[in-house]
Amino acid sequence: MFITIFLLFFPLLVALLLFAFKPAQAKMLALVASIIELAVSLYLVVIFPRTDAVQFVVDVPWVRAFGLHFAVGMDGISLLLVLLTTLLVPFIILSSFSRTIEKASTFYGLILVMQMALIGVFCALDGLLFYLFWEIALIPIYFICLIWGGEDRGRITFKFFVYTLAGSLFMLVALVYLYFQTPGTHTFAMQALYEAGRALPLYEQSLIFWAMFVAFAIKMPVFPFHTWQPDTYTVAPTQGTMLLSGIMLKMGIYGVIRWLLPLVPAGVAAWGFTAVVLSVIGIIYASCIAIVQKDFKRLIAYSSVAHVGLISAGAFTLSTIGVQGAMIQMLSHGIVVFALFYIIDIISQRTKTRTLSELGGIRNVAPVLTTVFVVVMLGSVALPFTSGFVGEFLLINSVFQYHGVLGVIAGLTIILGAVYMLRTFQQSMSGETNAVTARFADLTTQEKLVLYPMVLLILVIGIYPAPLLEISEPAVASLLKIYSNLSASVK
Amino acid sequence: MNALLVICGLSIVSLLAEIANFKKWLTAIVILGLAAAAALLVQDWNTSVSYFSDMLVFDNFALAFTGLLAFISILWFWMASDYFQAQPHHRTDRTSLIIFSIVGAVLMASYNNMAMLFLGIEILSLSLYVLAGSNKDSLFSIEAAFKYFLMGSFATGFLLMGIALLYGATGSFDIREIAAFTTSHADTLPSFFYAGVLMLLVGLAFKISAVPFHFWAPDVYGGAPTTVTAFMSTVVKIGALAAFYRMFAIGLPSTHSTWSTILMVITVLTLVLPNITAVYQSHVKRILAYSSVGHVGYILLAFTADPTGASGVVYYYLASYAVASIAAFSVLHLVEGNSESITIEYFNGLFKRNPLLAVGLTIALLSLAGIPPFPGFFGKYMVFALAIAQGYTPLVIVAVVTSLIGVYYYFRIIIAMYFQEPQQATPLPVSGAQRALAFVLIILSFALGIFPDAVLSLIQ
Repeated sequence: MFITIFLLFFPLLVALLLFAFKPAQAKMLALVASIIELAVSLYLVVIFPRTDAVQFVVDVPWVRAFGLHFAVGMDGISLLLVLLTTLLVPFIILSSFSRTIEKASTFYGLILVMQMALIGVFCALDGLLFYLFWEIALIPIYFICLIWGGEDRGRITFKFFVYTLAGSLFMLVALVYLYFQTPGTHTFAMQALYEAGRALPLYEQSLIFWAMFVAFAIKMPVFPFHTWQPDTYTVAPTQGTMLLSGIMLKMGIYGVIRWLLPLVPAGVAAWGFTAVVLSVIGIIYASCIAIVQKDFKRLIAYSSVAHVGLISAGAFTLSTIGVQGAMIQMLSHGIVVFALFYIIDIISQRTKTRTLSELGGIRNVAPVLTTVFVVVMLGSVALPFTSGFVGEFLLINSVFQYHGVLGVIAGLTIILGAVYMLRTFQQSMSGETNAVTARFADLTTQEKLVLYPMVLLILVIGIYPAPLLEISEPAVASLLKIYSNLSASVK
Repeated sequence: MNALLVICGLSIVSLLAEIANFKKWLTAIVILGLAAAAALLVQDWNTSVSYFSDMLVFDNFALAFTGLLAFISILWFWMASDYFQAQPHHRTDRTSLIIFSIVGAVLMASYNNMAMLFLGIEILSLSLYVLAGSNKDSLFSIEAAFKYFLMGSFATGFLLMGIALLYGATGSFDIREIAAFTTSHADTLPSFFYAGVLMLLVGLAFKISAVPFHFWAPDVYGGAPTTVTAFMSTVVKIGALAAFYRMFAIGLPSTHSTWSTILMVITVLTLVLPNITAVYQSHVKRILAYSSVGHVGYILLAFTADPTGASGVVYYYLASYAVASIAAFSVLHLVEGNSESITIEYFNGLFKRNPLLAVGLTIALLSLAGIPPFPGFFGKYMVFALAIAQGYTPLVIVAVVTSLIGVYYYFRIIIAMYFQEPQQATPLPVSGAQRALAFVLIILSFALGIFPDAVLSLIQ
């Protein structure tokens, strides 16, 4: 279908125009392009039939020599993540308007290439194509961080690059192995890989589980594969951090849901518990580190590890509520973390510091910012009637049903989250104004344009999440039904 | 065959250019001539005609490789055009020598008789010995020429001895007859036949610079003028690997067991050693020299895994490698200016000084490192897939690790370009022709990555 192709290649086309002609109004062009993209994806949501079928499929042979097809399409799971991508990118672009960026056309071009690659990851129906988009996504974000990042970025971004590249090579080896298990002239088509994977004996399924899991776990990141993440988030430019935390880490969770759970059910059954335990350890570990952070941005980076740990744990419980919770929480986390990083950017641009102890009293001089921050923070700590609550409730519920003790431990995330978020609020917003914050200006119109819609979304999703849940429910149900049938027959 | 004659004619024409005084037009004439030669290949497609009592066979393998050689040579002349302008002396001689060595490379891709292989290698090498030393004022250049000559002669000795022993054992120079003879007389081959095979392997391993016969490569690549280095690491390498492939896949497949184990050892060494050594280099030309040796390792891996079925993979790999190398060397050539030893610091802040060159070099290095969606990735991917399909998974694991090491040293240059502050803050001006070349090479890199089928269909 034309619409998938348009969604994929329209950003790329605009990016090429930006690279080639370096227009003075690069940011406006990028913004308009991303808004068009958002409009198209909203139209898609409207016309999307609420079934479990993969819609808008395009499938053309690409490289016959090694069975690569350009096969893309969307079911509800893909659509929600495409929606998240197309929703956040215009706001990410808008959030950069207040600062002057060197070589702006390259910067916005790379953001749009990134958007193309992310949509590609979420739409790919061919194993090798998925891998290609997965790797392509790494290149623009690497250069965004390398060129526009902060102190010591050469070393830190290189670690990030090698870490994720090494992880995804394991995935490539697993995919190639499965490719050679497919019958006849081999193929990378998703269904064929599923069938090949399911037919393997337990030992081989376990190996493939680990090869894929390591790639996804590094991307998310899940403990103990997270060591690249806090440094990279801190050193990246704000827009880079937003792309990384808002959208890119969802690639890892999407990978688990689409390319791991249905692929090797026996392997997942054998090792899923380990994955849940690792995720839960990550929640507690990252939350505890977040509590003692002094740097605002680093604190949110660790909180992101904690949140993603819960999402990953929920996905590995293999229950409908777990996976559905993961879906809604991916959206919510994307919106919340984007808003948080933007608020940090606003504060650090005005005060030239991100150290919490140097801030304070912003509430007295910037009431609008404070109100926005309160709503976003409540979304982050999952207060009822915010978007965070829906996801975390479903997730903790699923982990609890999966294993009571783990559920209780995972539930601590709400308490720990409240500890570090409220402490952050206290140190930055309340108290007496000091020399740094005394002349703090409140939100500008452009900043309001970015933050108000986010606040609105946090509240709307929190109060009435049903329309979003409906989109992915049939696909999740059918994915897990296949799963339970198979594990029943294995037993 | 017509293509070969055209290329020979071109080298005579370029000698005449000195006398007839049309030096100004020489590069244009050569590029047009090479394009014409490439066009002439089309009419020979699927004919497999033999010439001179089966001395040369222009089968599709030979035609595809000749086309690749002509194409890469055109890019090379484009890249070197301002080098020729900056060095007005002996311009015609140098052009002529380059074209003669292309002739040698074409012979190496199309021989059917070991005498022709020898002639091809010698035509190619003699021209290169002179070219490596063509920067007469530079001690490094003279050292490079001398080393290259000594090592090359040594290798030729092995090669000749091997050819003689094979002739003694089988009574023929014709590689197809040798193949037939070794199949029919498999049990009665004299022991010196095997000695001959090993000597051929050593001689050809020298020419493709496989470890442990690679010691000349870094010094020669580092010392020779950068344009000549670019020529050696692309056109010469394509010719040498084509010769290697013909010899072992067409001539000696039935004695596979005698040389396969040794080749496997050579493959592993060629993957591991240069990639590790490159990490410790600070001179960019030496880094690229070691990387070029390392890439031979991936090609040998495909060849080890499936000697007769790897031609398409080898061809695609060489094409993607050559395009990326030309791109890397063209930027290197522009950045180095008049200095002789160019370190990584020269690339500091290149993105600010000249974004187009920085992006071109980045794409070339990403392709060499094997990052998708660039053609280097598909090349490596096909090598690995072929090797896994043939059950060489342990070797693939070694190759995956070495290509990760490769990422490290390629990224040192990339990080310098984008992250470090430039030593000279001035923009780096380049001519329109060089800008156009950079642009064409970027397009080519993407095209090779997006349409691998077009290249693969040439040879499979």
